[in-house]
Parts: sequence; structure tokens; C-alpha cells
Amino acid sequence: MTTFVILAVLIIASAVFVVSAPRTVYGVIGLLANFFCLAVMYLTLDAEFLAVIQVIVYSGAILMLFLFVIALLSSGVRPFAPGKNRLPNVLIPVSIFAAIAFAGLMFTFAHTSPITEHASDVSSIFGPAGTAGVFGSVADFGRALFTTYLLPFEATAFVLIIAVIGVIALAGDVDPPRKGPGRRAAPGKPREPILKERV
Amino acid sequence: MAVPLMYYITLSALIFLIGAVGVVARRNPLVMLMGIELMWNAANLAFIAYARAYLNNAGHIFAFLVITVAAAEAAIGLAIVVAVFRRSDTVDVDDVAALRG
Repeated sequence: MTTFVILAVLIIASAVFVVSAPRTVYGVIGLLANFFCLAVMYLTLDAEFLAVIQVIVYSGAILMLFLFVIALLSSGVRPFAPGKNRLPNVLIPVSIFAAIAFAGLMFTFAHTSPITEHASDVSSIFGPAGTAGVFGSVADFGRALFTTYLLPFEATAFVLIIAVIGVIALAGDVDPPRKGPGRRAAPGKPREPILKERV
Repeated sequence: MAVPLMYYITLSALIFLIGAVGVVARRNPLVMLMGIELMWNAANLAFIAYARAYLNNAGHIFAFLVITVAAAEAAIGLAIVVAVFRRSDTVDVDDVAALRG
């Protein structure tokens, strides 16, 4: 329970930091802390393989992509105009939705019977990690992935191929960038001098 | 599991809420994408908590597929951000209104 509380506080604090960071780079660092804490929480939930995947894919691949894009965009990008914070506009609808969602959550938990632990497809949750038959082990995960859930796995490969083709089509240098209005600021119209938020 | 399932689901809902606020309240597309990543992770936490509560592997498989789709989504989203920047010299989502009807 102590572990859960510490991790939950860290996760929520880093998540708040991600969406409120003054610069995007700081937000990426906060997201890194968030993903690591979530990986530790997955470990406490006996999901060892997913904890490792979380660190490799999220912290390793996705955040690296974010950092590269920030490094690419931070040179020459027009800074944001200040004074257009949208948080007050969305605060009331978001609060209403959050209240409804949490009320539904509490209602659901109050009206469903507590889960009794029962082993459905595994024999036990205790034992050396990685051994077949232990809940969350890589052996069981791999067997389930390549037998029962083979079709979703193949669909995932298809999704990744489509993503690769889409990224090449979007960001690849297939056609030269157009010269037109919007590429440069209009003459006689100075850029926003106030730097409030930079990428 | 010593910690009740409700705590995990509540934490997941809180992370989802924070991510959603980040998506609708910020004007930086990179921060919006990071908010979406937070929402993916909230869903993953719910999947894994339920998988642990029911001792069923299916939640782990689904979380794995969600991670894969999240990676694809991040790649596509960042490519769109780069393409928009190359076209219009800005990344402020309020200034990107070419498709507004």
C-alpha cells in the first residue's frame, strides 16, 4: 500500500507537470518520470514484460521521437502569442465531465460485488518470474500472443506498416515545400516579440 | 493484491483526466500529443490492474497492443506537426486553420 501511494503521488505530480510545463522539453522530462513510475507500478501488478516494454517503447522510442522533433522545430519557429490561455474556457465542461465520470465510477464500484481472486488460465501467481504457469510471465504472455491472440498481433504489424508509410508520405521530402504566403511573415508586420512559450 | 482495485482505477481515471485537460487546454501540439500519451497510459494501467485482479492474461495482451498503436500514433502525430511547421512556420494549433469549414 505504501508503494502504491508513493507511486501514485509521483505519477500524478509528473502528469500535472507534463501538461503545465513552461517549456515542452521540461514536459518531456516529466513524461519520462511518469512512464518510469508507471513501469514500476506495472511491476507491482505482476506485469514484468509490460514494465520492460513500457521502458523500451515509451521511454526509449516515443520520447526520443518527441525530443528529436523538439530539437528540429525549436530553431526558427514563431513563438506563441501570449494571453490566449484556454484553460478558463474549458474548465467548466471538463469539471462537469470529470464529476459525471467519477460519480459513475463510484456508483459502479459500489454496486458490483468485489472480485474474488480466482486463477483462470494460470496455476499460481507465486514462483520464479518467467516460468510458464506463473501469472504475468513472459512464457505465458508469448504463448497467448502467438496462439490465442495471433490475429490481433498480425493486425498490429499491419498498423505499424501503415504508420511507417504514412510518416514517409507526411514528412518525407517527396515534393519541395511550397513557396507561398504563410511561409514567411508578411513584410512590415513584425513577429511577436514577447517570448512567453517556446517549443 | 493488497491494494484494492478501485484505487488503481481511480488513479487511471485521474491520469486520463489530466491528459484530457492537457489536450483541450494547451495550444502546443507537442503538449497535446503528450496529453494523448498520458491518456493511453491511463488505459493501460486500467487494463493491467483488471488483468491482475482477474488473473487473466488478456489484459496484458491488450495493453501490449495499445502500446503498439500508441507508438504508431506518436509517429504519425509528430510527422503531422513537422509537416504543418514546414508549411506554415508555426506550430500554434489556433493558427492552423486551413481545414476549418
